[in-house]
Amino acid sequence: MNSPKLRIKSLHKSFGAGARRTEVLRDINLDLADNEFVSLVGTSGCGKSTLLSIVAGLQDFDSGELDIDGSPIMKPGLDRGVVFQSYTLLPWLTAQQNIEFALKAAGHDRATCRRIALEHLDLVKLPHSANLYPSELSGGMKQRVAIARALSYRPKMLLMDEPFGALDALTRHQMQELLTQIWEEHRLTVLFVTHDVEEAVYLSDRIVVMGIGPGRIMRTFDVDIERPRREEVMESAAFMDLQRNVHKAIREASRRPEMA
Amino acid sequence: MPDEPAGKASPSDTATGQAMRRRRSSGIGAPIARSRFLIIAVAVFAGLGLAWWAATGLDLVKPIFLPSPASVATQLGKLWADGTLLTDLEASIYRISVGFLIASVLAIPIGVLIGSFRTWEAAIEPLVDFIRYMPVVAFVPLSILWAGTSDVQKFLIIFIGTFFQQVLMIMDNVKRVPADFVGLGRTLGLPDRKILTRIVVPSAMPGIWDTLRISLGWAWTWLVLAELVAATSGLGYRITVSQRYFQTNTIIGYILLLGILGLITDQVMKALGKVLFRQDSRS
Ligand SMILES: Nc1ncnc2c1ncn2[C@@H]1O[C@H](COP(=O)(O)OP(=O)(O)OP(=O)(O)O)[C@@H](O)[C@H]1O
Ligand SMILES: [Mg+2]
Repeated sequence: MNSPKLRIKSLHKSFGAGARRTEVLRDINLDLADNEFVSLVGTSGCGKSTLLSIVAGLQDFDSGELDIDGSPIMKPGLDRGVVFQSYTLLPWLTAQQNIEFALKAAGHDRATCRRIALEHLDLVKLPHSANLYPSELSGGMKQRVAIARALSYRPKMLLMDEPFGALDALTRHQMQELLTQIWEEHRLTVLFVTHDVEEAVYLSDRIVVMGIGPGRIMRTFDVDIERPRREEVMESAAFMDLQRNVHKAIREASRRPEMA
Repeated sequence: MPDEPAGKASPSDTATGQAMRRRRSSGIGAPIARSRFLIIAVAVFAGLGLAWWAATGLDLVKPIFLPSPASVATQLGKLWADGTLLTDLEASIYRISVGFLIASVLAIPIGVLIGSFRTWEAAIEPLVDFIRYMPVVAFVPLSILWAGTSDVQKFLIIFIGTFFQQVLMIMDNVKRVPADFVGLGRTLGLPDRKILTRIVVPSAMPGIWDTLRISLGWAWTWLVLAELVAATSGLGYRITVSQRYFQTNTIIGYILLLGILGLITDQVMKALGKVLFRQDSRS
C-alpha cells in the first residue's frame, strides 16, 4: 500500500476547561487509503460528528497528528468537500447558483463555473432543476445538489455527516445507489458518518465502529463484498452476516462506558 | 390520534366524523379562507365606525370630547384644501425618513458585527442593552437642550427610540443564521469578510427586513412624541396646537391619519419583503 490519503494519529479532543472538561475523543488512529470509502458508526454521542468536523478543519483538537497527502490540516479548505446533515443550500440561490457559488470560491471564471455546475447537476441526475430554488426542491434533491456542490471543485476527499439521515427510506436507497455509482466512476476518498448499518455496509470498503465514554475506535470491519454493488447484494448472506456483526459490535462498544 | 373523547366510533362513522372535523375552522391554528379573514377584519372596523357614528349622532357625548365622523372628515378636508395638512405631512415624513434612515444605516452593520463576533458583542451588547432600558421620553428635555426645536432634535429622538432596539434585534437575526451555513463558507476556504457579506448577511436579510419594518412602526410614535413637545410644524405639532383651541376634530383626524400612515408603511414593507425575499420561504 502506498502512503495514505488521510492520516489520523493519536488524536485527542476534549470540550470545555477545568472541572467542566469532558474528553470526547481519545487516541484516535485511522488511515484512509486513496479512493477508500470508510464509514464511521457508533452510538449517539460517541464523537463521530466531532471527528468529522476536525478532519474538515472546522474544529480544533488537543493533540495528535492529522494530515492529508502528507501535509498537516490546519484549517478548512477546498481539498476537502463537506456534505452536512442539515440542508445547507443557500435559499436565495438556485440549484445551479449554489454550485457556482462554490466554484467561484474555488477561483473559476464565470463560464467555467456554469459549465461545471451543469455537468454536476447532470451527474446527480437533476439536469432539469438547475433554475429551481431550494424551497422548490425535495429533501433528497437538496442533498443531491449539496453532493454535486461538494464534488464540483474536485476535493481530494469527501466528508459526509449523516447526509441521508433526514430522508425517507426509499429516497435514502436511491441516494445510496447514486452515491455508489458516482463513487465507482470517480473513485473518491470518502469518510462517511451514519447511524444506518445497512447503509454503511452497502457503501463502504471499511467500517469503523466507535465506542463511547470517551469516544474511541473499538473495531474495524473490512467489507469484502465485490463491486459494483447493486441493491440485490443486500439480500446476500455475506451482507447480512456482516450487518449483524457490526450491529453486535456497536452494541458492545456502547455497553462499556468509563473504561480506560 | 389516541384521544378520541369517549368515542366508540365504528369504522363506518369515521368518514363522516372526519368530514365534520374538516368543516370546523376554529381549532388552534386552523386555517380560514382569505376572504373570510378580510370580511371579519372589515366588519370590526365598520362596527367600531358605526358605534362612533351612533354615539355622536344620538348626542350621547359632547362634540368637544368626541366630534362626529362627519365633522372630523370635513375638518381634514378643510386642512387639506388650505395646504396645512400637506405641509404637516411633508415635515413629518421628512423627519421620520431621515431619523429612521440614520438609525438603520448604523444599526445594520453594528448588529451584524456583534451578532458574528463575540469580542464585539462583549464590547457593545451590554452597553446597548443598558441604554435600551432608559425611557426615550426622558431624553426629550435633554434633546431640546442639545438641539433646540430644530429637525435635528426630532432625528435624535427617533434615533434614540429605534437604534438601540434595532441593534439588538439585528444581532438576534444574525445569530439565527444556521451554523452550518458559516461552516460551508469556511470549507470553501472563504475569508471571514466574504462569509459575512456573501453568506451571513444575505441569510439574515429577511429577518433584518422584518426588524426594520417593526422598528419603523415605533419610529412613528417617537416622531409624534418629539413633535408634540417641541416643534413648529408637523403632525404632532398640529395636534398640540389643536388642543389649545379645543379642535377635537383635528386631533382625532390626525390620530386616525397617523394610524393609517403606520398601516400603509407596514403593508408596503411587508409587500416589498415578500418580493425581495420570495425564495426564502424556509420550510
Ligand atoms: N461544542 C461542544 N461543546 C461541548 N460538548 C460538545 C460539543 N460538541 C459536541 N459535544 C459533545 O461531544 C460528544 C460527541 O458529540 P458528537 O456530536 O460528535 O457525537 P456524534 O457521535 O456525532 O452523535 P450523533 O450520532 O448523535 O450525531 C457529545 O457527548 C457531545 O455532548
Ligand atoms: Mg453527529
